[in-house]
Amino acid sequence: MSLDEDLYQERILEHFEQPFHRGHCPAATHMHEDDNPLCGDVVRLELAVDRAGVIQDAYFSGEGCCISQAAASMLVEKITGRRVDELKGFAAKDMLQLFGAPLTPNRQKCCLLGWRVLQQALYSPVNRA
Amino acid sequence: MTAPLDIERIRADFPILQTRLHANRVEGGVPLAFLDNAASTQHPRQVIQTIVRVFEHDYANVHRGIHSLSERSTELYEAAREQARAFINAADGTEIIFTRGTTEGINLVARSWGDSHLHPGDEILLTEMEHHSNLVPWHQLAARTGAIVRFVPITVDGQLVVDALDSLLTERTKIVALTHVSNVLGTINPVEAIIEKAHSHGAIVVIDAAQSVPHLVTDVQAMHCDFLAFSGHKMLGPTGIGVLYGRRELLETMPPFFGGGGMIRRVGLGGYEPGDLPAKFEAGTPPIVEAIALGTAIDYLQRLGLEAIHAHEVALGQLAYDRLSAIQGVRLLGPGPRRKSGIISFTLDGVHSHDVAQVLDHHGVAVRAGHHCTMPLHKRLGIAASVRASFYLYNTPEEIEQFAGAVNRVKHLFARKH
Repeated sequence: MSLDEDLYQERILEHFEQPFHRGHCPAATHMHEDDNPLCGDVVRLELAVDRAGVIQDAYFSGEGCCISQAAASMLVEKITGRRVDELKGFAAKDMLQLFGAPLTPNRQKCCLLGWRVLQQALYSPVNRA
Repeated sequence: MTAPLDIERIRADFPILQTRLHANRVEGGVPLAFLDNAASTQHPRQVIQTIVRVFEHDYANVHRGIHSLSERSTELYEAAREQARAFINAADGTEIIFTRGTTEGINLVARSWGDSHLHPGDEILLTEMEHHSNLVPWHQLAARTGAIVRFVPITVDGQLVVDALDSLLTERTKIVALTHVSNVLGTINPVEAIIEKAHSHGAIVVIDAAQSVPHLVTDVQAMHCDFLAFSGHKMLGPTGIGVLYGRRELLETMPPFFGGGGMIRRVGLGGYEPGDLPAKFEAGTPPIVEAIALGTAIDYLQRLGLEAIHAHEVALGQLAYDRLSAIQGVRLLGPGPRRKSGIISFTLDGVHSHDVAQVLDHHGVAVRAGHHCTMPLHKRLGIAASVRASFYLYNTPEEIEQFAGAVNRVKHLFARKH
């Protein structure tokens, strides 16, 4: 039925089943993790930011629904090679647009989990004391 | 034994069951299969009409009014109390406290009886399958009094390890609080046996009956429970109304929970003297119309008979069990269908419960996904979330087929490449 394919479209299922950069970033300079206790979704982001403020490498990990994990995969793909100061202006509506498929308010929270984690991670340098 | 349910006739009483979903996106819409009854049930016309009738003809504040409408409202409100009393076979109407729901009932006991009886080192015994509403008030009570919360464990198939009570119950145990029917597993707990054991150690027993009173014959005198709480909105009634049953001897010695109008005998500038039961526990203007409508819901359930309702739900549960267990990757939680109420919860390998519920909704099937307010239980089962379908008197075998078909659809949607 079309309702299923509208949401769980090929592109989203691809990201869920064969995610971009799921794993850990050995050279991470910034990281953050958060969850949505209502459904148990977890997303962790690990970013390697160079001296010029460019994200050289990014990985995500975690578990949860198709929407939260596919959205995190899309986000990591999107931010790799981008500037931190530019991404600080990447808003929730930009994330929903990147995801593309129509979401009810409850599922928007799933989609925005990775985005929420990114906005924290950008301000969370790893302490390498 | 009552006659089997005439489902077609019953469904005609529930306007909302005619709903077709997604009509803006799917030609003709998709028929609704409402399988979220453990969260809240739908309302028959009779209940809706009571609400309209009372507002249009009988409404005024209850008690102490001299005018005709107040007398009429009071009479209807007290008649609903009598219906609730008879429904659970309480000995006396003064043992029926109207609350906002199960949660308020449990909080009332924890605050009023708990605060005045518990001391540091005393124990509160719960089970691993409790709803948060039968966990948090006891955690709060423990934090206030220095009491300790302990838990009766469950087996892998979601049944209480009743034998564990023999070592868990001691003279320190003051309160045993447990659910009659698990809101996730559907397990029907042997409350009578547990109450007997608890009483032999001097503990009082609080029964969370939110999932049992709507579905099973309840007799608080035969059960020998001390307190029992349930909600109107899980048994065809409105939200905002529930019942706390308490044994009169206990209620009489307990201090009031809420203070305000209606619960007093007299008030002075220096203090107050509480009123008699049940007014002592019903401060403020109560949910009058909701209580009266709950009476209509009780009447509707009694007319059909709880035995017939339970038999219908068990049959639907068996069908759902057969269909779901035939789907590879489905893991069913809780005991087999013969030993529980009409609740079936499961996980589907590789698919999060929210994705399952989303696709089911596309196919018209309303289920619940998540932890169902039982985070400790899900942790115990080693899962983050599950999908729950719960049945009631108006559900049909066709809806179970629609449900099982949609679960199959989820499986195929997510297993395209495997």
